This record gives sequence, structure tokens and C-alpha cells, in this order.
Amino acid sequence: MGTGRESILFREAEPDEGLRKAVGMTRLEIISQVRESGLRGRGGAGFPTGSKWNFAALAQDPLKYVVCNADEGEPGTFKDRVLLSERADLVLEGMTIAARAIGAREGFIYLRGEYEYLRGHLEAVIRRRGEAGLLGDDILGTGGFTFRVAVRMGAGAYVCGEETALIESLEGHRGEPRNRPPFPVNTGFLGHPTAVNNVETFALAARVIALGAEAFARIGPASSTGTKLFSVSGDCARPGVYELPMGLSIAELLREVGGEEAKAVQVGGASGTCVPRAQFSRRLAFDDASTGGSIIVFGPGRDMLRVARNFMEFFDEESCGQCTPCRQGNHVLLEGIRKLEAGVCSMAYLQELRALGETMQLASKCGLGQSSPNAFLSIVEHFKDEILARPARVQAELS
Amino acid sequence: MNTESRMNPDTSRAPVAQKPQVVHTRAAEGDVGALVRVNIDGQEVKVPLGATILEAARRLGVRIPTLCHHADLCSAGLCRVCVVEVEGQRALQASCAYPITSPLTIRTHTRKVRQARRHILDLLLSEHVGECYTCFRNNNCELQSLAKEMGVTEFRFGQRTERRHRVDRSSHSVVRDMDKCVLCRRCVRTCIDLQEVGVLEACHRGSATAIETFRDKPLGEVVCINCGQCINRCPTGALRANDPAEQIWRLIDDPTKHVVIQTAPAPRAAIGECFGCEPGTPLTFEMNTALRLCGFDRVFDTNFTADLTIIEEGTELLLRLHRALAQGDREAALPQFTSCSPGWVKYLEHFYPQYIPNLSSAKSPQQMFGAVIKTWYAQLHGLDPANIVTVALMPCAAKKFECNRPEMADSGQKDVDFGLTTRELAQMFMEAGIDLPRLPHSDFDDPFGTATGSGVIFGATGGVMEAALRTVVEVVCGIPVENLFDHAEIIPVRGFDGIRYLELPIREVGPVIPMFRPLVDSWAWLKGATLKVAVAHGTANAKKVMDDIVAGGRFAECHFIEFMGCPGGCIGGGGQPIPTSPEIRAARARAIYSEDRAYKVRKSHENPAVLDLYARFLTDGPCGHLSHKLLHTHYTARGRYMA
Repeated sequence: MGTGRESILFREAEPDEGLRKAVGMTRLEIISQVRESGLRGRGGAGFPTGSKWNFAALAQDPLKYVVCNADEGEPGTFKDRVLLSERADLVLEGMTIAARAIGAREGFIYLRGEYEYLRGHLEAVIRRRGEAGLLGDDILGTGGFTFRVAVRMGAGAYVCGEETALIESLEGHRGEPRNRPPFPVNTGFLGHPTAVNNVETFALAARVIALGAEAFARIGPASSTGTKLFSVSGDCARPGVYELPMGLSIAELLREVGGEEAKAVQVGGASGTCVPRAQFSRRLAFDDASTGGSIIVFGPGRDMLRVARNFMEFFDEESCGQCTPCRQGNHVLLEGIRKLEAGVCSMAYLQELRALGETMQLASKCGLGQSSPNAFLSIVEHFKDEILARPARVQAELS
Repeated sequence: MNTESRMNPDTSRAPVAQKPQVVHTRAAEGDVGALVRVNIDGQEVKVPLGATILEAARRLGVRIPTLCHHADLCSAGLCRVCVVEVEGQRALQASCAYPITSPLTIRTHTRKVRQARRHILDLLLSEHVGECYTCFRNNNCELQSLAKEMGVTEFRFGQRTERRHRVDRSSHSVVRDMDKCVLCRRCVRTCIDLQEVGVLEACHRGSATAIETFRDKPLGEVVCINCGQCINRCPTGALRANDPAEQIWRLIDDPTKHVVIQTAPAPRAAIGECFGCEPGTPLTFEMNTALRLCGFDRVFDTNFTADLTIIEEGTELLLRLHRALAQGDREAALPQFTSCSPGWVKYLEHFYPQYIPNLSSAKSPQQMFGAVIKTWYAQLHGLDPANIVTVALMPCAAKKFECNRPEMADSGQKDVDFGLTTRELAQMFMEAGIDLPRLPHSDFDDPFGTATGSGVIFGATGGVMEAALRTVVEVVCGIPVENLFDHAEIIPVRGFDGIRYLELPIREVGPVIPMFRPLVDSWAWLKGATLKVAVAHGTANAKKVMDDIVAGGRFAECHFIEFMGCPGGCIGGGGQPIPTSPEIRAARARAIYSEDRAYKVRKSHENPAVLDLYARFLTDGPCGHLSHKLLHTHYTARGRYMA
């Protein structure tokens, strides 16, 4: 952490400055600040946070919920874990501000099953904040602002990072995405309006209120304001979690982490896209190479078809199995990669698989299936020569 | 939409992902009942706010193919066959699950849509072990039809031929062949939403996803009530009934066997559908001819024992009322529940075993028939009961389980040897080259051919109640039921509302007719009482009523409640022709009620054959010693947890 650049999340700051300001603001003022900051969801989809809160605030229902999506399951992402262990107060502060903004009295942290070890820590922070008047009844002596938070455990399903599947799981059902619309901001947990945001989004929202929208919006390009946490792994000298301004190029990031030799970078984890060296000038921003934080660096020696297979094996297991394109499509793509590896995939069939990938992007029920073919499609597109050269190599290895 | 066709969101334990979702929007608040404009393929239509794209398209006559969608079930939007392009949206949307809340422009067959649908179908075919020739759904399979509609000529992504699952034949009623499952989850939604049983659920993830019972136990070992509603809604051959046709043919061909068949009222109102007739075409008398052509030795009418059931069950009710009202016995198990639906009976045994005393001890008409055939009929004709084979033509999958209950052998033999469904009989007819709708008429055989309209209406929800009331009211009040209800048609208990309730004040009482004199001296104790009755069909509705009784609500004050396991009653039974829908069931019900009107005798206690049976065989009268031995039974508290 720490790059010499300006940090939003890890700077020295007055604790709960954002919350103290927020309790003196109207709901509309809070939402306006978040909107003006340009803050977009840090989980990967990049939905404008202010708009989401606004929808939830407008929904007519005495019961509303705030849910922190801490089901960090995207392969190659580990930045929420850092926030939860080192900046749990900031995350809870953001949740409390969100509750104030939308009118919720109850919230949950939906914690990834593998992060069970963080549960005690989070519950202790929640307890301490309650004792300090930062959670519970009459927060900061405002008279009437009540917000409670409980930690709920996930059980290891990747799909539960999808907000409607997360809500199903939270309700005690099998984690499977719902049809949308209606969206959770209208019909969420137990049918009530629910704002589901990523861990990092809540933390940043707290800072937005503390520092002001302008200070936040000054960082990064207009489409993607503020800083972003990147979880960097793979073939680089300094893997780890970096807070960097949005909009920096892949090449710049690679310099930062000591991965200049890379032949490709997977931006956005298994569901993201594979960017080849020729495109390293692309920017890490919502309107270019978008990521929820995962950056996986592939050095020159990596077999890209094997990379693709690894991702497809993941989706073949992690599709929730509900809709046809995702359940069976990922399986067919995986089989296709195995055919390519064995050198028995015709060009015509490869074309068919690419078309199938497009169908999955268009026709799957949720973001999982809609993005699962991305890695396959981009690897096939950018590393066609490497892949097609492969049968000969396999033949050589066999003989 | 009538209430029968929709699930009960207030009681269902189904995940929200599988429930109809209430759309809260700003527009919806101000514009309740408002219409929204939709443009589909260039045609404009206005639909109520919240209607789905599929509903709008159907209104315009635009066909959108579907698979996981079913008229009886909440939308799931998971097969994705029905995807369409919505202007302004990147992704395609499932038209069955997309509520229209603002003006939309939709295109249903662009290149994107066609390619996606073909891919989706190719994917479904790649995981389906398609053995069309040897599948009972050949030519009545929605997957097969879709393949034809989409012009599939190759298995683009391969075809699975190796089996991954063993065919589960553990249940007397339902056979599961999961290699043919396409994971549309209609069975899951049927079991949990429509029936509130919930033995089926999607398990595992990704391409390993499968529909399983609890811990993948055999269906015969879980809390399945055998209603077979899942079969009626399965689009493929993954679910079917346990078919006894081969064994029946063998026994028909055996000259030493005397094979008799009883036919329930619901199949005759529906079997025509298997031969291209419109739903609601009754083929009662053509079917009699066809059964004789098949080689059955006698063709009887289950309505005869339906009338007998009314006498026994009605007597039992009067005796319970006597205990409660005349003797002030608080232990009298009221309300009395009907027991003729074996799906309902097993539901109660699993989920409300503490209420078993409330179930009428009277056997179902099917089982009464078996017992009478193998005793009285055998005696009359000098036949060895061991050589009599009784087949029961039923609209029901659960009847197969019922006839195999160990306690159903009071004749000294298995009372009913086989439960045969409407679908299976239609198949036997086809195999025998019988063109059912064109056959000449013939009547039932005596002595059990005479029935009343009361027996016929057992086939529709509310029918048992109506038949019972026709008899009880008349027996008690001493006046023709027609004086109270035009044409003896007790309209308030008819229809498809999930739960119906009726109060009948008893203002006058009449003399006790001879049949009941051994039991009571007078009806004076009923004078001024108000008979409270209710009707529920589909076990989800039964659950509502039972939960109300448990909570001491108004249904706890009832005297008599008719429960049917299947939505619509027997006409919607799990052995009836596929497909089913609210409209199809309504048409079948119309056939049933028109047949009732055609009967000269319409009240069970006036059935001369029944009176003759009491006069010559069951001489100690209704609920007497012999009828208790042959016509009544007991139940098993099963509980909801399996060992």
C-alpha cells in the first residue's frame, strides 16, 4: 500500500468525519454529494452510487435495508479483505451514511465464507461503534436515527457476489439471481428496498462526505472519478493491494508493480477481459478497461490457452446452474478449450464457440453468465496465433 | 386470472427468485390500473402496468417460444428460450419474466434473438439424453416441438448419450428419469409453489446442477405425496407415472383371469384430448366400448362407490355431529376431512399427522370398489377372488400408491390390483388400434353400472362436498334439496377459487329414513344448527386451511371440509392428459357438470344399486360392522422427517 500518490482510503483523517457531517445533512444533500462526486460502484459493474441510493431513497416503504457486499469472490481480488481488516470503521461509517441517505434502520455485511476469520473482528468493531454512539439507537445524539448492522456469512458460492443472489442467500435460500426488474433498490431483502454496495464503495462514500464531492471528483477522469484499490497478482515483482487514481494506464500500473515484461494482463478477474501487450496503453476506467480491482499479470512464458481453461473451469463450477446459457454454455466453452488443447477443434467450431460466447453475453440471466465468456473471447481474439500454433506443439511434445 | 392458477405467495416457502415479484415503481403508485404502450415487431398494444412482455405478445398474437414458463406457475425466467430484444438495452430479456412498467419497443426475431434461441436450444439438447423413439412423450414433448420449431437439424454442441443417473422407480406413482431433465424447474415450482410439498429442489452448481430430493434419496422414501402434478408440468419425459399397462395386457390375455375395470369420472372428461378432441369432450360411452374391445371382462362405474362413499362418509359425519352436538362430546373429531384423494391423505399424514382422527375413515371410491368386487361380486358370480383382477382407471398418480397400501387388502386379497391413469389407458387404446372418438356407445355393466350425478361430480373440486350436501341436507331436513338449491346444484361450493366456504342453517328437520334408524332416533338435535363446510383443492390451499385450523381460525369451526390434492380436483389429476392449464381444467369440469345434469338420479342415497347392496350384503347398514371391515380404513402418521 502507499505509492506516494494521494490516498483517499488510507490517509490520516479525523475518524467518522463523514458520518458527523452526514447527520447534519438532509437525505437529499447526502445523495447529491455522492452524485456530484461521480462515485461509481467498486464491485465491478460501476453503477453510479448516488443514483442507486436515490432510487432506494425514493422507494416508498417504511422498511429498507443497507447491505455491504463483502463476498469478494472474483478470482484475483483481495482488496476488500484489506479494507475489512484495516479500515472496518470506514466501511461501517459508509454503511451508516447510506442508511441515513435512504432511510434504512438495518443493515448486513454479507461476508465471504472464506473470510470467516474476519467475523470476530467485524463484530467487535460493530460493538465498539455501538458503544461509541456511532451505531444503534440515536446515532451521534441526532434523535431518532437508528441503524444496526449484523454480519451474515456466505458459504462459498461465487454467484452470491451478484446482488440478487446475495439477497436470496441472505434470506436463507439457495443463492441464485432473481429476475431484474424489479431491482433490489425497489424489491430487495424480504421484498423491501435494499441498497447493496461493495465494501470499497461504502468506504469511499464516507470519504466523499468527509472531503466533499469536489475533492473526490478531482482525481481521475470524468467517467471514473476517485481512487481505486487494485489487487495485483501474477507475474510481477511487487504483487499486492494498491490504491491508485482511476484512469491510469495498464503500462503505468505494470511499472508500479514491476510487471513490465508481461505479455497480457487480465483486467477484472475471471469475468474481466484479457488485454494483450499491444493494448497496454488502455486506461483502467469504467469506460475502458474496467475492473472491480483484480489485475492478473501474465509473463511471457504463460500458455494463454491454459489461462483460458483455468477461467472456464472456474465458471463451469461456479455458474449457479439456473439459466441455460450460463450453466451449459460455460461447459461447452470449456469442452471447446479442451478440444483446442488437444488440437482437434476445427476453425468452424471455434467460430461457433465465439458466437456462443456472444449469446451467453446477451442472453444469460445475470452478470455471471453475461461476463463469463469474456476471458475466453478476448484470449481467442488476441492470442489466436499462439493458440493455432499449438496443435503442432502438442504433436511435437507427444512425439 | 382465477385464484386457482396462481401460487400462494403468502404461505409459500419458495425462494423469492421463484415467486412472482411485486414491482414497486413510482409510476405504479400513481397509475394503479394504468395501461402502458408496447410496440412489438411494429404492432402497438396497451397492456396493464406490470404485464409481462410475453403476455403483451400473446395479446397481439405474436408467438414467442417458451419452455420454463407454465400457465400454472410463477415465472422463473431461467431457460431463456423466450428472450427478446428490448430497445435501449444491451442484453436480451426473458419475455416471460420482464414486467412492463414503461413504454417499450420490442423485437422478437432479430438475428441476435434467433441466434440466441438456437444456441440455447442446442445447449438444452446437448444435455438431454434424447431417446425420442422410446420415450412416452414422443410427439407430446415440448423440447421436441421446440427443436422442430427452431429447425434444428444437427446437435451443434453434441448430444449426451451416456447416462449419469439411475432411473428412480422407487415410487409406486412417479418414475424419475433425470437424464431427460432440462432443468426448467417446473417440477420444483410445482412441488413447492403449487403444492407446498417441496420434495424437489435444484442441487449442486454449474453443469453438475440436478433436480434432487433431500440428499438424493429415492422418491419413494421422501415426503412425496404422489400427486403427480410434476408429471403434468414436465416438458419432457423426465417424469412419468409408473405404468402397469404391460402387466394388465398379460392378465387380459390370461384366460383364467377375470379382469374388471372401474372407471372414475374425471378420465372420461379428458381422455379425448389424447385423441385430438377439444378439452371438455366427454367420451364416457365410447370408452366403455373401447374397454371391451381391449378385452376387459367387465366395465364398471366408480361412481357407484362414489355414491357408496357418500353414504358411508355422510353417515360418519352425522355420527360425529351427533357426538358433538347431541352428546356434547368435545373430543368428536370435527371438522371431518374427506379422504378420497390419496394425495391429500398422504399430505396430511406427513405434514399434519396430529389431525389423522379428523380424516374420514371411509375408503376412497376406488378402494371401496375393489373390496366390494372381491367379496360381494365374487360371491354373486361364484368367482374365486384370487382369479379376479381389479383395475382402476383413475385421473390420478397417487391412486397407484393407494392401492398398494398394505392395509388395503380387507377382501383377503389386494383389493385393487392396478391403478391405471388416463394417459396410460389412451396409450393402450392406441396400441390396440382403437380410434376412441369414433366408437359406438355402450353402457356400463351391471350390477355396478348404475350411478348418480352425485358420483360424477366427484371429479371436480367441490364435487364431493356437493354430493354429500345433497344427501345430508335431504336426509336431515326431509325436504328435496331442490327446494334449497335450483336443480340440486349447490353453486357456492363449485368453481376454482382455491378455498370456498359455505354455511347452511338447518331450520327444519325431517323423520329419520329407514337406512339410518339403527344409528339415530331423530334429527331434532340438529334443528337450528348451522352446518359449516369448506372446500380446498391443491395442497397449497389445503395448507392454508390446515394452518388456520391449527391457529383456531374459522375453519376450525367447520363441520366438514373437502380436500383435494390436485388443483381443480380429479380433473386436474396427475394422471390426466398433458398439457394442463386453468382453461383445460375448466373445460373438463364443464363436461363433468353437464354429465351430472343428464342423470335421472342425482343423489347418492337414491342410487338403487347402493340401496340393493345394503339390503342384500351390508345388511347392518352404513358404518355397520361389515362396512367397517370392508369399506373403512386407518391411516399412518408419517411425519415430515424421514429416517
